[in-house]
Amino acid sequence: MDGSRQVDRAGMALAALLLVIAAVIFWDTSNLQLAATYGVGPKAMPIVVASGLALLAVGNAVLAWRGDFPAREDTDPKAILLILGGLAALIAIIGLGGGFIPATAILFAATATAFGRRAILTDLAIGLVLAVAVYLMFAKILTLSLPMGPIERLL
Amino acid sequence: MDAFAALATGLTVALQPINLLYALIGVLLGTAVGVLPGIGPALTVALLLPITFKLDPAGSLIMFAGIYYGGMYGGSTTAILINTPGESASLATALEGNKMAKAGRGGPALATAAIGSFVAGTLATIGIVFLAPWLVEVAVSFGPEDYFALMCVAFITVSATFGSSPIRGLTALFIGLTLGIVGIDRLTGQARLSFSVPELLDGVEITTLAVGLFAVGEALYVASRRHKHAETLEPVRGSLWMTKEDWKRSWKPWLRGTMFGFPIGALPAGGAEIPTFLSYSTERKLTKHPEEFGHGAIEGVAGPEAANNASAAGTLVPLLTLGLPTSATAAMMLAGFQQYGLNPGPLLFAERPDLVWGLIASLFIANVMLLVLNLPLVGLWVRLLAIPQPWLYAGILVFATMGTIAAKPSVVELTMLVAFGIMGYVMRRFDYPIAPVVVGLILGPIAEAQLRRALQISLGDPMVLLQSPMSATLLAISAVALIAPFVMKGLGKLNNSDD
Repeated sequence: MDGSRQVDRAGMALAALLLVIAAVIFWDTSNLQLAATYGVGPKAMPIVVASGLALLAVGNAVLAWRGDFPAREDTDPKAILLILGGLAALIAIIGLGGGFIPATAILFAATATAFGRRAILTDLAIGLVLAVAVYLMFAKILTLSLPMGPIERLL
Repeated sequence: MDAFAALATGLTVALQPINLLYALIGVLLGTAVGVLPGIGPALTVALLLPITFKLDPAGSLIMFAGIYYGGMYGGSTTAILINTPGESASLATALEGNKMAKAGRGGPALATAAIGSFVAGTLATIGIVFLAPWLVEVAVSFGPEDYFALMCVAFITVSATFGSSPIRGLTALFIGLTLGIVGIDRLTGQARLSFSVPELLDGVEITTLAVGLFAVGEALYVASRRHKHAETLEPVRGSLWMTKEDWKRSWKPWLRGTMFGFPIGALPAGGAEIPTFLSYSTERKLTKHPEEFGHGAIEGVAGPEAANNASAAGTLVPLLTLGLPTSATAAMMLAGFQQYGLNPGPLLFAERPDLVWGLIASLFIANVMLLVLNLPLVGLWVRLLAIPQPWLYAGILVFATMGTIAAKPSVVELTMLVAFGIMGYVMRRFDYPIAPVVVGLILGPIAEAQLRRALQISLGDPMVLLQSPMSATLLAISAVALIAPFVMKGLGKLNNSDD
């Protein structure tokens, strides 16, 4: 920490985000009808929470302004993007009816790559085997419903 | 004795062969998952929830008891062998335990942790047997305003009082409370924070939040700083058995750890890591071998590990008798009850004594199973620990997404999981505590319902909160707990003002 009393921009951004969430809650609450009950209606809790968030946004902003946010290490954005990409692919495949098994295999390979492996075909194969095993275990033996696709219908 | 009769009923439930099998599966799975580095007990319970979806409530809760204790035990194995505690309550165990493993005494460290966990778990479960019926009788007279005040205490202590920064803790809590608002208001049927998305009308699923924060968030965080930290797994060399000297040095810390852990865990307030550190510093003061502390003193493993387990068992007291979870793991247990529409509390003791006491009885059984199974199986756990990190986290994400989609087959749910994962990553990066979010989500709606019920009964007069002596006291406690950390910080600043 070198002369750390600088404004923490990321911290300021987080404080702003909290303020936005508070504003969204206030806006959402204004769309509610007041129910004619004794005591407090459905609006009270959101208003309390939004006010708290707004206060905490100020608190976080003060921390960020004074440079009191915790020190952070530099990160590897590629790894994060790979994992998020794998998750996005999983959601897309399941959403388009591709089924649980291929989606899971791709997520497995993407995550393993994010953690530094450089053998994407091997990892895809491992992911596929794991996905089939998980599918058989949970969909067939435990009878949970997992997303179906062409491969699942064959099993 | 009433408690004994009830416990006997519970034992007849827990000792049925099928339920013994469930307990065994729970213990084995709980340990196997809990051992994996980066998976704490809360995530262990969350990841294993789907396995119990199709069981009957009794079998499911009994399996949970096994998973709960197994996950705790697995966590301490990880702490000792690779020094990456899955949760702050295992930090103290890692301090001395990892040093012992480095010095080639990993076997006795694991043994004292296992036997200490057994001693503490058994004593603390006896504590539950005696304390729970008594607390249930007290809780029966609680009005909604008292429950509301009690939840305020839990909110404040979980988020503000014991963390490193009250502002960061409260921020986490309020994010959880915000998520708790999402969905249809139970009293008026109006949709709040749902933005016309039908999937949001049911509210935020607690398991989706926990798995997103703990599994996806953790994977993103570890991947993003992988180049910085290499983990080293200490091989277990030499004998597993404790020498006579080890026994002599361990049994008192076990008992003292239990004495710290159970009462603090049983308080309806947060702070699971407090008893472990109290135990650690006590053992450090009382030891006859002060030179070994910091280099692998067995007392420093025995005490905190017993305290950790006793406090985990203690947490079940407010959970079962008041429906009040005070840790992320307890919140996951509550989610396990809620999937059957069961709400822990005095009513559940009266209506389903077989369930509640079956659960408590199976805690004893899980403890015995852990003691008998875990030391012989230590080789297996070590092999699980040696899974290469890329495959480990890839597997964690596979099970995280599978559990989410199995619970609620919708793309929206998976998207929420990813969003909570990103949130968990940001919170880790900026050092916000995670547990208050989970507690806020699960307790927020309950607290709101109690408050509104109290105000309905009083015809809208807020003074009802102060007229009940119980509620007034609890609200005063939470006010003090909220202000205290700020005052302490201010005093600390005054003392250091010359730098």
